[in-house]
Amino acid sequence: MLENIYTELIAEHSRSPENRRTLPHATHTERGHNPSCGDDITLQLEIADGKIVDASFGGTGCAISQASTDMMIELLRGKPITEAKRLAEIFIAMIHGDITDDDTLAALDDAAALKNISTMPARVKCATLAWHTLEAAITDGDAHA
Amino acid sequence: MTKNFLNDFPILRGKMNGNALAYLDNSATTQKPEGVVRSICGYYGGCNANPHRGVYELSVKATKVYEDARRKVADFIGADGREIIFTKNATESLNLVAYSYGLTNLHADDEILITVAEHHSNLVPWQMVARATGAKLNYVYLDADGNLSAADIAAKLTRRTKIFAVTHISNVLGIVNDIKALAARAHEVGSVIVVDGAQSVPHVPVDVGDLDADFLAFSGHKMLSPMGIGVLYGKRHLLDEMPPFLRGGDMIEYVTEQETTFAELPQKFEAGTQNVGGAAGLSAAIDYINGVGFDEIERIERDLTTFAIAELKRLPYVELYGCDVANKIGIISFNIRDVHPHDVATILDAAGVAIRAGHHCAQPLTKYLGQSATCRASFYFYNTRRDVERLLDAVQSVRSVMHLA
Repeated sequence: MLENIYTELIAEHSRSPENRRTLPHATHTERGHNPSCGDDITLQLEIADGKIVDASFGGTGCAISQASTDMMIELLRGKPITEAKRLAEIFIAMIHGDITDDDTLAALDDAAALKNISTMPARVKCATLAWHTLEAAITDGDAHA
Repeated sequence: MTKNFLNDFPILRGKMNGNALAYLDNSATTQKPEGVVRSICGYYGGCNANPHRGVYELSVKATKVYEDARRKVADFIGADGREIIFTKNATESLNLVAYSYGLTNLHADDEILITVAEHHSNLVPWQMVARATGAKLNYVYLDADGNLSAADIAAKLTRRTKIFAVTHISNVLGIVNDIKALAARAHEVGSVIVVDGAQSVPHVPVDVGDLDADFLAFSGHKMLSPMGIGVLYGKRHLLDEMPPFLRGGDMIEYVTEQETTFAELPQKFEAGTQNVGGAAGLSAAIDYINGVGFDEIERIERDLTTFAIAELKRLPYVELYGCDVANKIGIISFNIRDVHPHDVATILDAAGVAIRAGHHCAQPLTKYLGQSATCRASFYFYNTRRDVERLLDAVQSVRSVMHLA
């Protein structure tokens, strides 16, 4: 069970420093928090012409929440917001076990590695925190840096 | 030779993720022995009726179960039955004191003193009282060892202090506070002392008369009883002066269209139909605890705590919190370097070891310790050295699972 969750890929993403920074030209800053366990991330987006030009994050949390955030940022950089919303729906459906076919999940790139979290109810919210934070950031409408 | 308690706790003989269960989350809730489960079934199967109300035999039986449980609790902590209020849990007990005593007796310029090691249940209600009355909420911090700072207590427990609310045993650090000395200090300056006994009453003998505690709150579910039954002890003259907390059935004397007079203690604070099955369970739990005896409970928990700390200290990547004190029992908080506590808890879970990870409902303390979360292993008398060995084995596997070693 553990080796399917704590893969090397997830371990690497959870410790990867590149996306842990402050965006100089952020248009959206959104804080996401799991009060019951303390995962606490701040997601920054630079959006121009309906596209995510750049993204970054800060904060603390478990390996799953941190890896999930890092993989999400890698995936979203350069993507249109409409595509980001579609990917968020796929990711959240994957974590809840509603989408399981690998062809659809291929769109998630590395983030598809979190598929097995769907078998661990206690950790679902760790994996989805970044994506729910993204949804809050891009559905708030107006830019707030 | 230690009794094999597992015979009385079938759940502890079960498995978790294919491994034997090592249940080390007793500060969150304890398991229930068969005798307690039987007593609840026995109440609902043979004695159930609404107590205090009916004149028929079954209602009289239910009343007896409920009031016998109250007497059992009173004897257990050295109180009078009229000073025992049944609640849902320690949280409700502390809210009762905050709403009923705090809001009535505090004013602007008064001060409430609590400690940074309080559970949210003995912290958030006092924030409410401070906000509503204009009183100031002050904190006692810890010294380098993790004990309550004596200097802080000396400076902050003053004539302005009207309520000193303090935990008997920290649910994160396991440190035992000297309530008797703190109560004497509080009374010298004219303050009442409110004691959170959620982690002490199940583990050490507590005598409210000896401690001279004004209020003591605890939960049944942390001492072998079902969830949903708790206790507030209060000195009779204080409870007598306090207004009711909740209003409704069973707590009244006379009700007219516009006015109500209230029942005597303890019914004044027990509005509505109470958790009689829970009280029956708590009564059976007290019998079980008395049967084991606090000498034996302390001996077992001290042995497990000492053994676990000594072994964890040998692991260079483990950081322990508040562990260099003698007056500590049953609870160990720690972190593994570069691994978040939730990941530790998941890895231990896979090995059948149940611990808690997070802020343990004590966010100010977690922050004060400079952490975002910690791992916590907490023992009860039914745990064994084998459970601790399983914990240690699993802890030693964590860094390699996380690709760090």
